[in-house]
Amino acid sequence: MNKKNDYIAGTVETGIGTVPVIATTWSKSDRWSTIKVRWSVGRMRYRVMPGLYAVGSPDRLSRVFVSANFKLSFDHLRRALNGINAWILVLDTKGINVWCAAGKGTFSTKEIVRRIRIHHLDQIVDHRKIILPQLGATGVAAHEVKKMTGFSVIYGPVKASDIKPFLEAGLRAGESMRKIKFPMAERLKLVPVDLFYGRYYMLLIPVVFLLLSGFTVEGYSFNLAVYSGWKTTVNLFTGYFTGCVLTPALLPWIPFRRFSLKGLSLGWLAAIFLAFSGFLGAGVIEMISWFLMIGGLSSFMAMNFTGSSTFTSLSGVQKEMKTALPVQIIMGSLGLAGWILTRFIDL
Amino acid sequence: MNGFVYLPDVVTLELDSEKCTGCRMCTSVCPHAVFEIENKIAVIRNKDLCMECGACAKNCPEGAITVRSGVGCAAGILNGLLRGTEPSCDCGSSGGNCC
Repeated sequence: MNKKNDYIAGTVETGIGTVPVIATTWSKSDRWSTIKVRWSVGRMRYRVMPGLYAVGSPDRLSRVFVSANFKLSFDHLRRALNGINAWILVLDTKGINVWCAAGKGTFSTKEIVRRIRIHHLDQIVDHRKIILPQLGATGVAAHEVKKMTGFSVIYGPVKASDIKPFLEAGLRAGESMRKIKFPMAERLKLVPVDLFYGRYYMLLIPVVFLLLSGFTVEGYSFNLAVYSGWKTTVNLFTGYFTGCVLTPALLPWIPFRRFSLKGLSLGWLAAIFLAFSGFLGAGVIEMISWFLMIGGLSSFMAMNFTGSSTFTSLSGVQKEMKTALPVQIIMGSLGLAGWILTRFIDL
Repeated sequence: MNGFVYLPDVVTLELDSEKCTGCRMCTSVCPHAVFEIENKIAVIRNKDLCMECGACAKNCPEGAITVRSGVGCAAGILNGLLRGTEPSCDCGSSGGNCC
């Protein structure tokens, strides 16, 4: 929970009790928290209390918007409602955003029906319409909500920032408001989550490589571990970042539809640069080993970005993984074996 | 250029136009404009754009649409493989970086 709750600006009295009025601008702490959450800090604790809220000074004819109790979802909605008098019904989605909660079944028909009833929405407003974010449709059957509560579900635009044009158009969202777009800025916002995916491994594995770098045919050299081992760290992180950052950023421009191939191709391009810069060692076996490891790592991390992307299907990802995952595992293990071999045998 | 199309011919989306009454709900909920209305009933315009989110099937009052819906997420599928369950984006109890 947000301890200070500084988004609550006052209260409004209704026939069935007091409803908190919320601010429609973001405070400094809202902004700072948004940045932290994008970097996975406290992501699963970033919640607001489910319930009914007011924006401006709503009356019995005001629109009702439904949202999730992930604070980032709630914040985008209230900011979009600046200057509008409206009600917000916040569902208990366990602190998960609308899209994912709809997929998991917490942003659901059942929860909407329950919230309409416990907050006596039928006594707050005279009309019988609620506006849902379009991406909530995965979890909600509009016709069932209507049957059970009398409230018609109207699906709004995908993005909260389109709410004003949506209202001006008479609750109609044109095709451009309905389509999910995935521009560079959106893709990059999601990069930190994937960067953090392998954070423990990416702390541990480079250390192991650094230590192993000290082995030579003649014995162990601590100096060598330090003076040449840092290159292995660069190689590993290049593979990781190519898959996690570069591939998402350049996603639509890289040929191949499979994310694993997009990642592999960029990983190998990066490896070519590293090879010419002398990072991959001098021997052929060592170089091939690095190509396998960097390519496999970049490919795996790029494939993970399917979870952040807005256009990959379950069937598609399953098909891709069926071949990609074994190949990545083989590349990684062969590469590792080859590289370790070159520590101990003069090839 | 359309760099935002995933693998062709894998999607499980099916529409039974016999049952369709032309209510347009599928065109409202689809985030990829897969459906369009032709002669007052829905048709699938471009199946390969479908991400199998299931919003159309869930909101079709006539039950005319079927799709095996789920998360198109490699980490989720991997999770399912490791735990022997269905693909799931519940990334475990540690729950640090889940969607």
